[in-house]
Amino acid sequence: MTSGLNRSFRDLTSFQTNSYSLLPIRFLWLDSDRYIVTNLAGNHQLLARDQLDDLVNHRIIPHSTLYDDLKANHFLADTDSTVYQDLLAAKFRSRQARTSEFTALHLFVVTLRCDHSCQYCQVSRVSQDRVAYDMTPEIANRAIDLMFRSPSPCLKVEFQGGEPLLNFELVRHVVNEVTRRNDGRDIQFVIASNLSMLTDEILDFCTDNRVFFSTSLDGPADLHNRNRPRPDRDSYSRAVAGIQRIRDHLGSDAVSALMTSTAESLQQPEAIIDEYVKLGFESIFLRYISPYGFAAKTATRIGYETDQFIEFFKRGLQHIILLNDRGVRMREVYSTLLLQRILTPYATGYVDLQSPSGIGISVLAYNYDGDVYASDEGRMLAEMGDKTFRLGTVENSYEELFLDNDLLPAVFDTMLEGLPGCCDCALLPFCGSDPVFHHRTQGDIVGHRPTSAFCKRNMEVMRHLIRLLEDDPHSAAVLRSWI
Amino acid sequence: MHLSAKLSASYDAEPFIARIAESDNSSDRAKEARLIRGDRTLLPNGFRCVLRLGVARDSEIGIPPTLAYLRDGDIVRINPRASEIRVLYRRHSKHNVLFFTERCNSRCLMCSQPPREIDDAYLIEEILEAIPLMAADTSDLCITGGEPTLLGQRFLDVLTSAKQWLPKTSLHLLSNGRLFSDLKLVRDVASVGHPDFMIGIPLYSDVASRHDFVVQAKGAFDETVRGIMNLARCEQKIEVRFVIHRQTFERLPQTARFISRNLPFIDQVAFMGLEMMGFTKTNLEGLWIDPVDYQPQLRQAVRELTTSHINVMIYNHQLCVLEKELWPFARRSISDWKNIYMPNCEPCMLRSECGGFFSSALLRYSRGIKPFHQPVGAGWYHN
Repeated sequence: MTSGLNRSFRDLTSFQTNSYSLLPIRFLWLDSDRYIVTNLAGNHQLLARDQLDDLVNHRIIPHSTLYDDLKANHFLADTDSTVYQDLLAAKFRSRQARTSEFTALHLFVVTLRCDHSCQYCQVSRVSQDRVAYDMTPEIANRAIDLMFRSPSPCLKVEFQGGEPLLNFELVRHVVNEVTRRNDGRDIQFVIASNLSMLTDEILDFCTDNRVFFSTSLDGPADLHNRNRPRPDRDSYSRAVAGIQRIRDHLGSDAVSALMTSTAESLQQPEAIIDEYVKLGFESIFLRYISPYGFAAKTATRIGYETDQFIEFFKRGLQHIILLNDRGVRMREVYSTLLLQRILTPYATGYVDLQSPSGIGISVLAYNYDGDVYASDEGRMLAEMGDKTFRLGTVENSYEELFLDNDLLPAVFDTMLEGLPGCCDCALLPFCGSDPVFHHRTQGDIVGHRPTSAFCKRNMEVMRHLIRLLEDDPHSAAVLRSWI
Repeated sequence: MHLSAKLSASYDAEPFIARIAESDNSSDRAKEARLIRGDRTLLPNGFRCVLRLGVARDSEIGIPPTLAYLRDGDIVRINPRASEIRVLYRRHSKHNVLFFTERCNSRCLMCSQPPREIDDAYLIEEILEAIPLMAADTSDLCITGGEPTLLGQRFLDVLTSAKQWLPKTSLHLLSNGRLFSDLKLVRDVASVGHPDFMIGIPLYSDVASRHDFVVQAKGAFDETVRGIMNLARCEQKIEVRFVIHRQTFERLPQTARFISRNLPFIDQVAFMGLEMMGFTKTNLEGLWIDPVDYQPQLRQAVRELTTSHINVMIYNHQLCVLEKELWPFARRSISDWKNIYMPNCEPCMLRSECGGFFSSALLRYSRGIKPFHQPVGAGWYHN
């Protein structure tokens, strides 16, 4: 093996030992004969059934290529080296780094009023009653006090509604007040808006204060207008015009778009994606409809099965990869997030898919009426009469909001590492916990994995991505270019 | 280019360090050697010595024409008893080296500078003497050996001196990183606070036993990896170096993945070809693999690292043996004084873009060496 070396040098075998111990691993059936194996740091490798058998039964031939791969992945260890302990610890620590930073995302629901009456909308009211549905400056000021209690070095202030532009005076007030009181944090402002009410005055203010926009775009005009009705049936043209005006004023990166998929969307992922390309977006989030607000009430009309969503997602992803081949810059946001978790050692921030769950500790929602919720979905549930995720009101102290309720027990009880069905799932390092979803759909924050749409959807999406990475070098190269 | 030569005569005096002066407008003559070319008659006063390129006169030291490149500001070491002169520093070179010691705690299969267990502590003293004589606009200095960290406190003294005298100079340390497994040493390095300091550390495999085999030291992999982690903890800039040969090339892609998964905080990775010197010559048959034959592994490794946003550099590879995809990563790195081209390269249109060879490469080089007869379109080279 090492012939050709001078005899004063020792050969490779004199540096090797011949038995190994297993490090903590999880495995999951992928397809036919293959298993996904992962460790707590998120390293992954595919093994054939007999290889997996050999691994756990200590029958891997020492120093074979497979042995070296498993060792380098920290799935097994031998006495040649102990530094894997330091490396695993460092990797695990990096992946959890965001947990200690605490709440970064702060949602200000400045009004529930809206000029749209979208069929899937979670919360909005078409109403002129400012008193009943607008947040007051006093409530906003208390919310700002609470926000600055967060230890996070980065704060993201997101204005939600309803349609926040209907109460732009309050948006202006919050931006000015937060900027004035900034004690050295990195602060971002985003308005979630349908853009139909955009004025030059609003744009000027947003330009001066680096306030960005996030809007809804469901696809081509007919689909978008059907999903998002307005009295004049002009939701699409108003959104498109708004996007253009923001780009002209604030720059091309100042507006992003989110799509919500309905049963009608499921038939046409390609058309939806092409619409995003046409409008100059370089990313799209193929998003599942959430079971909250009006979306739940009208479920029979627009609801759909998880299987259909997965087919939609796969078709969409395929189309995006083809677009990449043609030189079009476009990536899918959810895949990108998962690929970062699968392929890199870094922590990724996404409040809806992390463990411990992001409720409260990553996001707080200050409702128009002064109530404080553990997430955006939590306040949507409240509009349907379920205040499970209400932490208190802005009149409470920071300590009371976090400690005088069931938040921390809920966060603790729903960590994947202890959940039945999750604790031994190989996809755990890439996945997250969603107690609000499971409460809503299964009546229990822990939930039942075999019947969970959340679990099924995420497992299928991750399996699909891992298969593409493994079996389709061409798609894999495109996917890798997104991270 | 010769970096040392015989003096015209010997005389009884201790070795000394001196900076070359080509004029008399110097303020520090006691530390300078006045260089006179040809047979000009000059009577300079107060210099440490007078060097003459030509026939030495009374009280002058004659040096041979091979050192005619010496310029104002260069630094030499003169050993009168052995009648030797060695060039330590060239003011206008980007390849100046501070050679700390011949001692080393590893014994790498392909070491170009085989270690010797000798007492060469005088080297570091001369370096400490030479640094204040160097020009403040020196762009780069490389610390090498042997294993420079074996010098302990003296190693830290050099960092401190470099920071004091040459704060604008990039300092690059080549170390096997093993002693950095001691966090105290790393903290001491960090507390020097040199403004532009990078440490290049070799990692030859993702598998401990193979790395240990390549460096011929059991436990070296663990020490080196812990060293890299300690350096990162103290926010030091780190380059991982990988010499490609028959004992390392197969796990190039896996090693790149190991780096991107476990050491993603490093600043850059340098892939290097063999230099046909020292132990590489001794072990040539066990080490040689034609670069043409490891292009697939190298390409995969580079892709893995660039996807992970880690800078990659390829050293000591000629453009004609590299896949075109890898050209943007190729660097012209071989020190000017040992850089050559093959006769085959004469008509090549890309010679000025290509790193060429170590002069030692005449011993063996790739079957893939061939001249480019067409210029290659602009835009490929993003150095």
